[in-house]
Amino acid sequence: MSALRRYFRPEQVRELVLVFLIIVLALFFGTQIRDYYTGRTFIRISTSVAIIVVVAMGETLVVLTRNIDISVGSIVGFTAYFVGTQLARHNDIAPLVAVLMAIGIGAAMGLLNGILVAYGKVPSILVTLGTLAIYRGILVNYSGAKTVVANSLPQWVINLSSMNIFSIGELDFRLLVGLALAVVVFFQLMLTYLPYGRRLYAIGCNPDAARVAGFPSQRIVLVAFVLCGALCGLAGFMYLARFSNITVVAAQGMEMSVLAAVVVGGVSIFGGSGTVIGALLGATMIGLLEQSLIRWLVISEFWRRALLGLLILLAVEGDAAIMNRLRKLWARSELQMAPKQENQ
Amino acid sequence: MARSATSPAGGRNLLLGAWERLKSWEGLLLGVLVVIVIINSLQAPAYLSIRNQTNLFQLFIEKIIVALIMTFILINGEIDLSVASVMGLAASTLGRLYELGVPIEAAFLIGLAVGIACGLLNGFMIAYAGLPSLVVTLAGMIGYRGLAYILLEDRFIGNYPEWFSRLGQQPLIGPFPLALVIFFVLLVGAIIVLQYSAFGRYVYVIGNSREVARYSGVKVRRVKMALFIVSGLVAALAGLLYAARLGSVRGSVAEGFELDIITMVLMGGVNMYGGAGSLYGVLLSILIILNLRNGMSLINLTGHVQTGVIGVLLILSVLAPNLARNIQATLNRRRMRHLAGTLSEAQESP
Repeated sequence: MSALRRYFRPEQVRELVLVFLIIVLALFFGTQIRDYYTGRTFIRISTSVAIIVVVAMGETLVVLTRNIDISVGSIVGFTAYFVGTQLARHNDIAPLVAVLMAIGIGAAMGLLNGILVAYGKVPSILVTLGTLAIYRGILVNYSGAKTVVANSLPQWVINLSSMNIFSIGELDFRLLVGLALAVVVFFQLMLTYLPYGRRLYAIGCNPDAARVAGFPSQRIVLVAFVLCGALCGLAGFMYLARFSNITVVAAQGMEMSVLAAVVVGGVSIFGGSGTVIGALLGATMIGLLEQSLIRWLVISEFWRRALLGLLILLAVEGDAAIMNRLRKLWARSELQMAPKQENQ
Repeated sequence: MARSATSPAGGRNLLLGAWERLKSWEGLLLGVLVVIVIINSLQAPAYLSIRNQTNLFQLFIEKIIVALIMTFILINGEIDLSVASVMGLAASTLGRLYELGVPIEAAFLIGLAVGIACGLLNGFMIAYAGLPSLVVTLAGMIGYRGLAYILLEDRFIGNYPEWFSRLGQQPLIGPFPLALVIFFVLLVGAIIVLQYSAFGRYVYVIGNSREVARYSGVKVRRVKMALFIVSGLVAALAGLLYAARLGSVRGSVAEGFELDIITMVLMGGVNMYGGAGSLYGVLLSILIILNLRNGMSLINLTGHVQTGVIGVLLILSVLAPNLARNIQATLNRRRMRHLAGTLSEAQESP
């Protein structure tokens, strides 16, 4: 037991438990759903996870600073719809321009959130509850009750969702999945090695101490919201590539899956603690659950939301009760180990 | 979201200052209300008739009823995002039970009990497990709505007994339907409890500083628990009244109502961090939102756009006082600097 303690931190124990749960879930659904272990299931789940995880990265940055962004669903929907209509109107827009347009629009929406939170000093929950409605309202007004249909999009967008990077046996890794993994690796490195990443943790841990230490807190929070918006924009583009048919209610309610992914992945809602790997695992679990529930015939897919709510509550409750106890256990064992080492 | 209890020196001055600020905020609300009403009545001549105004209230009566208890919770320094989902869950429970052949009276009571159960769960997590209300009720908002969807999936449940539908639609006393009567009773009760009772004082004290309240012997946990249970009960009641008014129930009943409800309360001058605010301000802001929504319908704005406008109001109602305070602070600082400058000049010159 003590050897175990030496090699793992409590946070890693949680991540291991998540991996274990994901495997259990996959095995369970394998017995319940016919033809579950096929390439198609893998593609479906991995693409769904890819979109959730990109948004979850952005949400992680915001939650680390002790804020929250619940407008993500509206930003994803807006960018998907807006870029979709632009591509439908001008079929000759270059792919890179389309992606940059999506990221830029998302970043602009994140900028508004960030300014209101960091400089307007309005609590983030209120700002994003408001912008959740505002962005969706603008979208509905702008759309004029039309939808984006696959026929009108240029061919490369439609092909994008079936493009492979590589395959292992039957398992195809789509380009979108690769993109999401690149995002995960980038933000893992950023949070671990770049000063900006460390400052996010510092602000979330203790905002007053961070300010006294001379960190430009407002700017750091602002940038976190802008990055979150930009990632939502990217996810919006991926959403467009995946579904091709976009209505005005696209990605409505996505904030729930994303919040569940982040919280289940161990990013503390009180700020200052959490890892990118955790968020990735959380997103994987939520994506797996959502996609499998749709095809599981025993209970209706309407269970999805109730389960998401329950998972968030359990994860937060577990964080408060179990993780604190684990951390104490670790701290105590370190105390016990200290005199032993002196004797040697 | 660091909660800072601002308490500058001088208790009496603080009280007076808060009263002045509130008075001016309420004055501003009154002005806005008058402007909206004038614009609306220019658009439609029958606007100010009692029937139209009663109709107005009736269209939003469920949200208004919940806004009353939300005022208590926000003044207490907490938030309840789950109210709309509790409304939906209570209504869906009624629909499902009625579908299974349970008499409507029993289904109504069980719907109320479900609301109390939701409030108990929220309250326990917040008051005794010590979790932030934001997270608990966010999970509740998602989870309770999910339960409502499980109960009804995508079906409509209608065809209630005639008296039940009439309850929601027909006038009961004079021109007022039952829901409106309930609202006025609750309003009077809420004003008495919040402004004139010991419990109301506890709500403010806890909102100002939880620590101070605890050391003064206020049973903080019990007050919070009571508030969330009542919130669940009132939300369930509102949900059931909504079902009676609509005449049919589905899983998505009252979805998104929390935005309007919280906006009503915050725009009424209730402090997001607790400790300040009054029901009079909330009442004014309710009237503003009712008339504004009605006016927006008059000029044919769709529901999503209306919700967007409410979102703008929500942000502005917190942003505007912040900005005003910032500007005042800058002005004060400049005045002090100016004063210091003239003083030092005066000292140097002789």
